[in-house]
Amino acid sequence: MADAARGGDDWLVNEPVAPELAQEQISAEIAAAHAGPGGVRVEPSGPALDFAPYRSSLLRFPTKDLRQADPEGAELLAPVFGEHDVDPLEADLTIQAGGEPLGERILVAGRVLDGDGRPVRDQLVEIWQANASGRYIHQRDQHPAPIDPNFTGVGRCLTDADGNYSFTTIKPGPYPWRNHRNAWRPAHIHFSLFGTDFTQRLVTQMYFPGDPLFGLDPIFQSISDPAARERLIATYEHDLSQHEWLLGYRWDIVLTGSHATPLEDEDHA
Amino acid sequence: MPERTPGQTVGPFFHYALPYDGDRELVAPGTGIRLHGIVYDGAGSPVPDALIEIRQADAAGVVPVVPGSLVRNGVFTGWGRCATDRVGEYWFSTVEPGAVDGGAPFFAVTVFARGLLDRLFTRIYVPDHPALTNDRLLASLDADDRARLIATRGADGSLQLDLHLQGDNQSVFLTYPGHK
Ligand SMILES: [Fe+2]
Repeated sequence: MADAARGGDDWLVNEPVAPELAQEQISAEIAAAHAGPGGVRVEPSGPALDFAPYRSSLLRFPTKDLRQADPEGAELLAPVFGEHDVDPLEADLTIQAGGEPLGERILVAGRVLDGDGRPVRDQLVEIWQANASGRYIHQRDQHPAPIDPNFTGVGRCLTDADGNYSFTTIKPGPYPWRNHRNAWRPAHIHFSLFGTDFTQRLVTQMYFPGDPLFGLDPIFQSISDPAARERLIATYEHDLSQHEWLLGYRWDIVLTGSHATPLEDEDHA
Repeated sequence: MPERTPGQTVGPFFHYALPYDGDRELVAPGTGIRLHGIVYDGAGSPVPDALIEIRQADAAGVVPVVPGSLVRNGVFTGWGRCATDRVGEYWFSTVEPGAVDGGAPFFAVTVFARGLLDRLFTRIYVPDHPALTNDRLLASLDADDRARLIATRGADGSLQLDLHLQGDNQSVFLTYPGHK
């Protein structure tokens, strides 16, 4: 909050402006990258860190090989969070600012699992997103779409004993950015996740089914495996929708493998 | 086994969501040490929109598994978060971690940034510790890379290590068996 409140700062430059760079060029680069070899990845099914169509990545990916390490000490234990840390009301983004936000009210729910399919219990989930018009509260967002005074777009919750999380929010709008000319991000919600090990930390983005911008977006397309990209897309689930109230989406999240042995896991259960 | 969810960049708009009051103060400022450094990109420019998280043992080498990192109430949780400032600097007010099970003490570190499509993991080792010579990761590296993982101690006891996302001085970034 503190950083966003630094009104008037101009040090936060937006994404590089490339007004001459056409979507056709970016789309051709995406296709070439998908057809080409490898890419620098933390995980085999993760995004390529060296994904040139996302221009901001060019000076920010490691060119030297990542090193394999055996986790030890603090790496074996994620931080834990409790009832003091998170108010249950933080899971409802539609009641935070005093009035009803504009837009399509939705529920986003799912489970957080570790790489072996075990639920991640009582763990922190953080989200942030644009409003229904595609505008963030962030000082740095200069998109000339309306701010909604009744929507901050920030939420938190703790998973339950089965790893379930649930947020009530507004469906975010797509928004333009300055990667290239006429660049638009598909509608998405940013998610921040923890596992039981420090090494399972994950920040990602959840998308909505059928978005026409998927094929054009270099951030989404930085994941070259189509099946892996699909795992970032929520599914509409009618049983989660509520009569005359909201539409329901399900999105399950699978973290990397825990390094705990089965015996240790039982001790902690 | 379920299939893994891929990561995506933290993007440019996390500042109003992830930072919170006291996020970088694992202990009250002035009561412990300062851990700090600057995050650089491949052109040597500071990165003013990165987010650094650390996880660590306490001074006795015990990794706390206690809630309270968001609302600290004076509890040492061994976890903190810091967005870099306009000159790319991160800092934490914390204690120097002790050796866990006799290993070389280090801060476990996660790096997020606009332009960085997935999170990166690294370590910041405490300098001048006898266990550094037995550390398996350090032993697998050449002298230059080893030096890039070990903090420098300032006259006031602070620990300093810059992080380089790319370039000749690139930091040593890690993957773990669970990432395979
Ligand atoms: Fe976004």
